[in-house]
Amino acid sequence: MDLNTIWFLLVGVLIAGYAILDGFDLGTGVLHLVTRDEDERRVMMNAIGPVWDGNEVWLLTGGGALFAAFPPVYASVFSGFYLAFMLLLVALILRAVSFEFRAKVESPGWRRAWEIAFGVGSAVPALLYGVAVGNVLRGLEMDATGVSTTLLGLLNPFALLFGVLGLAMFVLHGATYLGLKTEGALQERMRRVASALWVAFIGLFALATVTSYFVSPWLFERWFSNPLTWIFFALLLASCIAGPAAVRASHFGRGFLASAAATASIIALAAEGLYPRLVPARPDLAASLTIYNASSTPRTLTTMLVIALVGMPFVIVYTALIYRAFRGKTTLTADSY
Amino acid sequence: MNVVLLSRIQFALTIGFHFLFPPLTIGLAWLLVMIEWRGWRRNDPTWVRMGRFFSKILALTFAVGVATGIVMEFQFGTNWAVYSKFVGDIFGAPLAAEGVLAFFLESGFLGLYLFGRGRISKGAHWFSILMVAVGSTVSAFWILVANSWQQTPAGYVVENGRAELTSFSAAVFNPSTLPRFLHTVDAALIAGAFLVAGVAAFLLRRDKEDGLARAALRLAVVFGLVASVLELFPFGHIHARQVAHTQPEKFAAIEGLYTSQSAAPMVLFAYPVTPPPELKAKVEIRGVLSWMAFGDINAPIRGITDFPPENRPPLWLTFVSFHNMVVLGLYFIAAMAWGTWQLRRGRLYEGRRFLMLLIVSIPLPLAACQLGWMAAEVGRQPWIVYGLLRTSDAVSTSVPAGDVLFSLILFALLYVLLGCLYVYLLVREIRHGPPAAVTAQA
Repeated sequence: MDLNTIWFLLVGVLIAGYAILDGFDLGTGVLHLVTRDEDERRVMMNAIGPVWDGNEVWLLTGGGALFAAFPPVYASVFSGFYLAFMLLLVALILRAVSFEFRAKVESPGWRRAWEIAFGVGSAVPALLYGVAVGNVLRGLEMDATGVSTTLLGLLNPFALLFGVLGLAMFVLHGATYLGLKTEGALQERMRRVASALWVAFIGLFALATVTSYFVSPWLFERWFSNPLTWIFFALLLASCIAGPAAVRASHFGRGFLASAAATASIIALAAEGLYPRLVPARPDLAASLTIYNASSTPRTLTTMLVIALVGMPFVIVYTALIYRAFRGKTTLTADSY
Repeated sequence: MNVVLLSRIQFALTIGFHFLFPPLTIGLAWLLVMIEWRGWRRNDPTWVRMGRFFSKILALTFAVGVATGIVMEFQFGTNWAVYSKFVGDIFGAPLAAEGVLAFFLESGFLGLYLFGRGRISKGAHWFSILMVAVGSTVSAFWILVANSWQQTPAGYVVENGRAELTSFSAAVFNPSTLPRFLHTVDAALIAGAFLVAGVAAFLLRRDKEDGLARAALRLAVVFGLVASVLELFPFGHIHARQVAHTQPEKFAAIEGLYTSQSAAPMVLFAYPVTPPPELKAKVEIRGVLSWMAFGDINAPIRGITDFPPENRPPLWLTFVSFHNMVVLGLYFIAAMAWGTWQLRRGRLYEGRRFLMLLIVSIPLPLAACQLGWMAAEVGRQPWIVYGLLRTSDAVSTSVPAGDVLFSLILFALLYVLLGCLYVYLLVREIRHGPPAAVTAQA
């Protein structure tokens, strides 16, 4: 396995890690937007309160890793998706500050405003991430300067389908997380939401897969030529069977693991279909940015690998310990948001 | 309005606003390490209450710092794509390292610090704030590694149309990394000290018997004095020396040295005008600059006219920002020295005018940080990587000017809102004061 492939995998792991961790934060934010009871909303915000910031770091580290390992990809995708990125950034900013700002003033108008900021700041990224993935899988128009698309061009039907799929996935994941962390009527509602969303997720995934056969047939060439496809697909299938069953039986721990596994497996399938391309080009696939024509030097990739191998184990361990400190149902204390 | 100018304004605005918050976060975090240590080891309720109080300010500041920081991680790619492709082999690595080694640490443990009271032992709680302080400092290190490489690039070769890494240690420990790291982190400690001192002063003006406020002021004044002195000497001095030795155009611009000469003077006050480059109303001391920069009163230093005009940074802004930063730095030493002296004479808590001075001084270290960074970044112009790539050649070519104007206005409005809300909420928090002391029940 060469360095470029190792880095393809590592960036993929960071993206999957982000989706699994900040994914339930985003999902919680969306569910928060449609929850009527104020006390329930407060519990939901505090269910992710201690961990959301550390979860968001996976996005920053993923972006940094992409920059370090595949600079031309970082540069052309980020500048090519300019306005979409700006929209994403504003949403993430609003979400980040809404936690701290919300409870600081007694006025109901103030609180409602920051709750909406929290909800919209979660929903917009949850949608846009899927749109981004959809556009990458569809292929991007490129010219001499790099990726050349417009915001409207990025909001094409194929990408929007992936956006909705991603949204469903994140909200499902948020619901199973909240099922774990809450009790009573709220937990029961999350159970029903999660059950419904499993159906939506499976249906949207099927639709997205069928559609991509017509939009990007080269994905299927990749999938059918690689035995890994069946492993990832089996994992996805298992989670789509175990997940709904677990949620129906109120086994939220298993339900959460299933939604996490579903998230990881569809990202793995997308990555595997892409490999070794990072930015497929349309109409001429040969102009794609790949892990070979758009990577840093072997020296940089090696140095970064050492840093990752030294640093990430610590991150995993202390993150696990921090989550462990907050295990159990979410309780509101004097320190809560 | 062209893309280069708009992108530069946007970067300056977003990084300038962002950098109001990390200095407070880093400074306050290290002060909280000391405060929480005393609360834990001495089991002293005053220090525990102090910790709870200042942790709320830390939480508010950290949130806005993170929110405005995400923008920076992405802006190299969105607005400076040509730059990113050129330097990515070297510049990307410190950014990724910052994520792996620092961001996870500070963000993860902050959650434990803010919400873990009662769930973890007191020792583990103190350890979490220590990890927040360490994480934020390591974060400063890596981002300064990246920025310092722009100032004094090393450990690279230009090949295949880009800068390629030849030595990671040479790139990381390039000539300006260490001086800038020490100077920047100490500036953060000063910011934290003045924040705590100002808040304590405010509480003391309300009630001069307030034991918590007295303890906080004592800590902040002594800590602030040490930090302020070190910032000038040796950290400021070492940094200026490094600029003199490795960035002569910037040195000439910030010091206002326009003609090459030996026994170069240190300018204490002046007003730069161009063209031609000239200092009006000059007050200077001959020989001091040569002596401080090169250890020899007669050492020759190159003046700005020695360099081709297209390689000179803007003169007025670099001179004015640098000199005002130094003035503020001297004020910080004076203020904290006075405070320490008043403490020794037992008159610190009654001096109402000095307490008011401390209150209004809270934002001054942040102003000094902004001015210092202006001198650093404007002084590096016209280069985005000194000697290798010009700023005007580094913007994203695929982004239309209209898009950048849109995002610039969007961020400007959002940041004005965030800034006002931050100040409003901070003042409310300070006015509310620390949690009440709980009297022990028999």
